Amino acid sequence: MDDYVLIDRLQFTLTVTFHYLFPILTMGLALFVAYAKSVAYLGRPGRRLRLLRRTAAEREHHEALARFWAKIFAVNFAFGVVTGIPLEFQFGTNWAAFSNYAGGVIGTTLAMEGMFAFFAESVFVGIFLFASGRVSPRLHWMSALMVFAGSWLSAWFIVATNAWMQHPVGYTGSGGNVEMESFWALMTNPWLPWQYLHTVVGAATTGAFVIAALGAFYLLMDRHGEIAKASLRIGVVAALILTLLQIFPTGDRSAHAVAVRQPPAFAAMEGMFESQEGAPLVIIGNPDTEQRRLESVVEMPKLLSFLTSQRWNQRLTGLDDIPEDRWPDSVALVYYAYHIMVGLGTLLLVVAAAAAVLLWRGGLYSSRPMLWTLMLAWPFTYIANIAGWITAETGRQPWVAYGLLRTQNGASPVTSVPAGTAVFTLLGFAGLYVLLGILFVLFMVRIVSRGPDDRTLATAGSR
Amino acid sequence: VETLWFSFLAFMITMYVVLDGLDLGIGALHLLLARTDAERDEAAGAIGPIWNGNEVWLIAAGGVLFMIFPKVYAAAFSGLYLGLILALWLLVGRGLGLELRHQLDNPLWRQGCDAVFALSSAGLAFVFGVALGNVVRGVPLNRDGYFHLPLFDILNWYAVLIGVFGMTVLAMHGAGFLALRTTGALADRAGRWARALWWPSAALFVGLIAPTYEVRAGMFTNLRDHPWRLIFPLIAVTALAAAFALQRRGAWARAFVSTSLFIAGLLAAAAAGLYPRVLPAYENRPYSLTIDNGIAGETVLKTALIWWPLAVLLACSYFGFAYRMLFRAR
Repeated sequence: MDDYVLIDRLQFTLTVTFHYLFPILTMGLALFVAYAKSVAYLGRPGRRLRLLRRTAAEREHHEALARFWAKIFAVNFAFGVVTGIPLEFQFGTNWAAFSNYAGGVIGTTLAMEGMFAFFAESVFVGIFLFASGRVSPRLHWMSALMVFAGSWLSAWFIVATNAWMQHPVGYTGSGGNVEMESFWALMTNPWLPWQYLHTVVGAATTGAFVIAALGAFYLLMDRHGEIAKASLRIGVVAALILTLLQIFPTGDRSAHAVAVRQPPAFAAMEGMFESQEGAPLVIIGNPDTEQRRLESVVEMPKLLSFLTSQRWNQRLTGLDDIPEDRWPDSVALVYYAYHIMVGLGTLLLVVAAAAAVLLWRGGLYSSRPMLWTLMLAWPFTYIANIAGWITAETGRQPWVAYGLLRTQNGASPVTSVPAGTAVFTLLGFAGLYVLLGILFVLFMVRIVSRGPDDRTLATAGSR
Repeated sequence: VETLWFSFLAFMITMYVVLDGLDLGIGALHLLLARTDAERDEAAGAIGPIWNGNEVWLIAAGGVLFMIFPKVYAAAFSGLYLGLILALWLLVGRGLGLELRHQLDNPLWRQGCDAVFALSSAGLAFVFGVALGNVVRGVPLNRDGYFHLPLFDILNWYAVLIGVFGMTVLAMHGAGFLALRTTGALADRAGRWARALWWPSAALFVGLIAPTYEVRAGMFTNLRDHPWRLIFPLIAVTALAAAFALQRRGAWARAFVSTSLFIAGLLAAAAAGLYPRVLPAYENRPYSLTIDNGIAGETVLKTALIWWPLAVLLACSYFGFAYRMLFRAR
């Protein structure tokens, strides 16, 4: 346990993974709260927006749903905020050498996230949650939109930061440190748009499955009939659209970027130990890095070559053609994370499609097996989201800034942060986060069991 | 341009201390000042919708520090490692204590949350003071631009004194805000606390001049050599005197402005005294990180000069809007 870089990595893995559980739902729910508020506010018959037009009863349901989701959002947001602050500061505390090296570039995107996204998000969350009923409906609706815009904008800047680490662009210098050469290049990083869309659509998918699950749960419990149906309906339709988008084009394009720009990561993701023409797509298989082969393989012949290049016999680079010091430090982790993400994504699409068919045929509300499935499907969206990030981050190894700075050289000097000190804070974070996780689950269970009828408001001092 | 960015950063940190300082001050006094559950609810409600926005000034200032002075960011945060992580944990406790207390209608739960909220807030006010104290005193930077301070060296006598000073001033600041924002017995008690805390604040202010001279005489010669910079300590002194009079007249809105100006004047005086150093080494030692050797590249500075003022303008308009609404909704 005296490898200080390993400790720093473990601490960042723990804190970033735990933190990201919350923004997934923040971004996902913000979208649906904004949608429901828009329907409730803009859906009156006199308005021009025909798409949002609803009957009075339906608008009432949307308002009730927005109010209910906002309660979940409030707790989730608070946890996201308090677990998010340690991340920004850990760049300095645990990754000082990396900060020193790359701060001249990624400092800008991180600063912009705070300045443009967090101010808007936090102030309007305050207005939205605190001032419900005390401000005009118009302002309340607009603050819901601002919360949505703020949270999705913050994702843009943080993914822009990550995209630079995955595929550095727009910088000069290489020895001691890098400096930004063109801000425009940073914003038009070819890696960025698809990674961003894949990230936010993933978050929105979680939002859709969560509200579908809430609807399914209340229907199975025979509570809140019409509101539960509305929740289920919105969730299922959105889930179908979003899971489709998640696979094509955003997932496909993201994988393509990895294939072109990070061949070692791509080979590890696909478990491709040998370069080959007409490479098969591995559906199931266990990688054995020692023997450099896959065991127990189920594969689709030539499909990987086709998906990557639209040519069945295209030659793809395997790990054997890449020097081992450029391999990700755990091929198996990259492989499994990627396959878990893709596998779950496909299954979730099947679930969403089946539910949508039932909805269309009018049988969804009474199909108990489908309601059960929907009620239990949402955790897998979290797993898929996290697995996707594990793929991206472990696939990038051994680099912290791809091709420029190795992770080994990015940690704070051991003279500044001794391994023992880092072990202490790692343990501290672990203990603190176990406690936070328990509290979060308790409060979620409580909010959900009280349901949409509960009229208490969602923020401090509003009793 | 470097000087401009030094001032912008000082401005953001000042905004943070003034705004979140009132949350921390109210938090630090939470258990002493608000006695009953209803009063504590009212006190928490006074900052409920704004604390998070206030905290964003810290995050944004951290981001701007990272962008403009990456070397300072890297050196300070790794060198003060345990102090920083402690502050992060306290921030978690403060935020959740405040946000979760109303989620369960159970007296024990609320008392627990109140205690976590109060202790974390007091701790934060102290830790931020300690951080400022260490920056003023200087740190043992080495040739590579790093240093290491073990926890008990972070808590050196001077930094601890500044920590206590910070806690006192922020408590006075917060109590004044509470007197303004609440009514009845709670407001009266908050007013009494604010008036009482004026005395130790003033005493520590005067008392800390000599120790500051002891650890960093350069600060005083720096101010003497550029007399216009004396305006900052002058603002602080005037504002402190004004706060005394206004607190006693019960003019809490203006008293709050005065304590805000007092804090701003102090921080600006410290910044002006340290300038051009951003993270100084110990007095008379080399390797200080300054606005020249710690700064980011030219493109960053120029690009940011375009978007940063716009972002600050936007942020300030959100804040103006939210605070106005809050005061109207009373």
